[in-house]
Amino acid sequence: MTGADAMVKCLEKEGVTVLYGYPGVAICPFFNSILDSDIRAVLVRTEQNAAHMANGYARVTGRPGVCVATSGPGATNLLTGIATAYMDSIPLIAITGQVNTAQLGRDVFQEADITGAAESFVKFSYIIKDVKDIPRVFKEAFYIANTGRKGPVLIDVPIDIQNAALEFEYPKEVSLRTYKPTVKGHAIQIKKVVDELGKAHMPLICIGGGVHLSGAAAEVRGFAEKYGIPVVSTLMGLSAMPTDHPLYFGMVGNNGQEYANKAMNESDLLIVIGARLADRAIQQTNLNILAEERTIVHIDVDPAEIGKIVGPTIPIVGDIKHIMNDFEKRDFENDFTEWVKVLNMWREEMAPHRNPNPDYVDPAGLVKLLSQKLDDDAVYVADVGQNQIWSANYYVAKKGRFLTSGGMGTMGYSIPAAIGVKSADKSRQVVAVCGDGAFQMSFMELATMQQHDIPVKIIVLKNNYLGMVREYQHYTYHDRYSVVGLEGSPDLEQIAAAYQIPFTRVWNMEGIEEILDKFLSCEGPGLMECVIDSYDLVK
Amino acid sequence: MKKIFSVSVENRSGVLSKIAGLFARRCYNIDSLVVGETEDHSVSRMTIVSSGDEQIMQQIEKQLNKKLDVIKVKTFEEQESVCKELMLMRVKFSPNNRKDIIETCSILGGKIVDMSMTYFLIQFCDSPEKIQLCIRMMLPFGISELARTGTVALTKCAD
Repeated sequence: MTGADAMVKCLEKEGVTVLYGYPGVAICPFFNSILDSDIRAVLVRTEQNAAHMANGYARVTGRPGVCVATSGPGATNLLTGIATAYMDSIPLIAITGQVNTAQLGRDVFQEADITGAAESFVKFSYIIKDVKDIPRVFKEAFYIANTGRKGPVLIDVPIDIQNAALEFEYPKEVSLRTYKPTVKGHAIQIKKVVDELGKAHMPLICIGGGVHLSGAAAEVRGFAEKYGIPVVSTLMGLSAMPTDHPLYFGMVGNNGQEYANKAMNESDLLIVIGARLADRAIQQTNLNILAEERTIVHIDVDPAEIGKIVGPTIPIVGDIKHIMNDFEKRDFENDFTEWVKVLNMWREEMAPHRNPNPDYVDPAGLVKLLSQKLDDDAVYVADVGQNQIWSANYYVAKKGRFLTSGGMGTMGYSIPAAIGVKSADKSRQVVAVCGDGAFQMSFMELATMQQHDIPVKIIVLKNNYLGMVREYQHYTYHDRYSVVGLEGSPDLEQIAAAYQIPFTRVWNMEGIEEILDKFLSCEGPGLMECVIDSYDLVK
Repeated sequence: MKKIFSVSVENRSGVLSKIAGLFARRCYNIDSLVVGETEDHSVSRMTIVSSGDEQIMQQIEKQLNKKLDVIKVKTFEEQESVCKELMLMRVKFSPNNRKDIIETCSILGGKIVDMSMTYFLIQFCDSPEKIQLCIRMMLPFGISELARTGTVALTKCAD
């Protein structure tokens, strides 16, 4: 068996059924071997999107997504996708071809030091210099990517290693002396939290992306319900709680809801679960100033997140699901119904009021209606920019998932990520919502969709601007717009026709319900252009 | 505050760059960094001296622990440990100051390890503080070249 055969065999052993890639000479032995496997190889149109597809796949399946590229530019094109996954702790296996080991370091054709370049965006990386290492490296890579704080692992394989022969034996276990993630939370810490809950008057749970990564949405919901503790969410935590849940009070952060931020500020016991309290999530809160005046419980699988931004009073390191189950066994006497009443009052008082321009589609109204009409378990993928903020604030969560590039804010994420989601489960309804800027960064993947029959629905909020930056320039530079106009953009109807995708254009909210119903119910892919007011603001 | 991180790492290529890269990326100071193999060929020890506030020192330890090349991190302060540094110094002498140099060197515990008709090569091995003193004392003689290893340290013995 060759190294390339072994690489494919390893992927099979790990249960991989689909991967996303782009070939080149240095990875050709691998793509040759994949022909003998049942693994479905999806040809993307640019490597970055292979990583985003793997990202979408991983987020809905809970298994690492696999993306494959060649050496040099193929590998460097993956970087933004790898960094996007790293910032959101998404498990990814990125496989890159590399030049011959004998030529490494000589600047030969399509050589790039990709393990060096990716170092600060990967959880770990390998460059394989002995074909016998392939089974061990793959076994370790999958384990590392999908345990502890999840993240991308890069495997760089020189072409001569892919062509070398080996006796294949897949290791049963991983043995790494440097890596033992904590799973179980410390019992004493858990008891301390229960004691605090017994004393608290205004407790609040703030959930983040870690809740999804741990597969603990139901457990966290159960925890909140059991004790009647209200919940707010960061951008990455969205859809872990249904929007209409009586204990749910919206998204925090500078693009979140005022009442959710107020809840954070006023709470006397804040239980942060799987959130890293990033700048955009807590800018509007006074946690930094008041950390001493309140009890902060921080539950996270990564000990380095604890105390990085806010000093916690009670840290608990471990897997959220395990920790939630441990809480399940404990009890205390307290009642928070008054506090929940106050939160409900704030929500009413501080509800945002928009004055949408009737001549255009109201993006907020559209997002709300769209998400209400989606199947219960549908996946909504928001891109980056104004569309993301409208999506985050007006998306109605049921039992589905809300995905977006939170940490890195990578434009052009939604379409490839949605394709990744759909390729994992074709029966699931998947919608990507993006602006006309992000669409033009990623619409080459419409071909991938068509070629591989992965039909997702795409909604473009078109305002002929890079809206988020335009909005920033509106506030910061008093409407002195610089390099944000999208004049010269193509007619999306013709783009859709070129890819043979059904197209719908919507000018305003008139008859929007029927249009959405029709768009969602039709078989196969679809592209909908919603013309929105160029000067609309997210607030 | 100043802290010493005694980090045992996997002895494989690229590890030094990963650890140094971590410090650079997260804007942590490196006052000194020494690396060398241990009694176990598969393990190297990095001794990193860093300075910053308490929170940064904690983050350094945690971030180091996250690296999959890191086997163990021990953090301690100078007074809890024995810290040593090796310094080599080339000093030009003349008949006028030759004796003074030898005398100062001897007071400071330095050792002349090589010489020519015009130069001494002096070796000092001492605590970082003392090394600073040696430099200060030797400076007036004119130092033509100097090399330091940076601090190596282990915690003091205890039973």
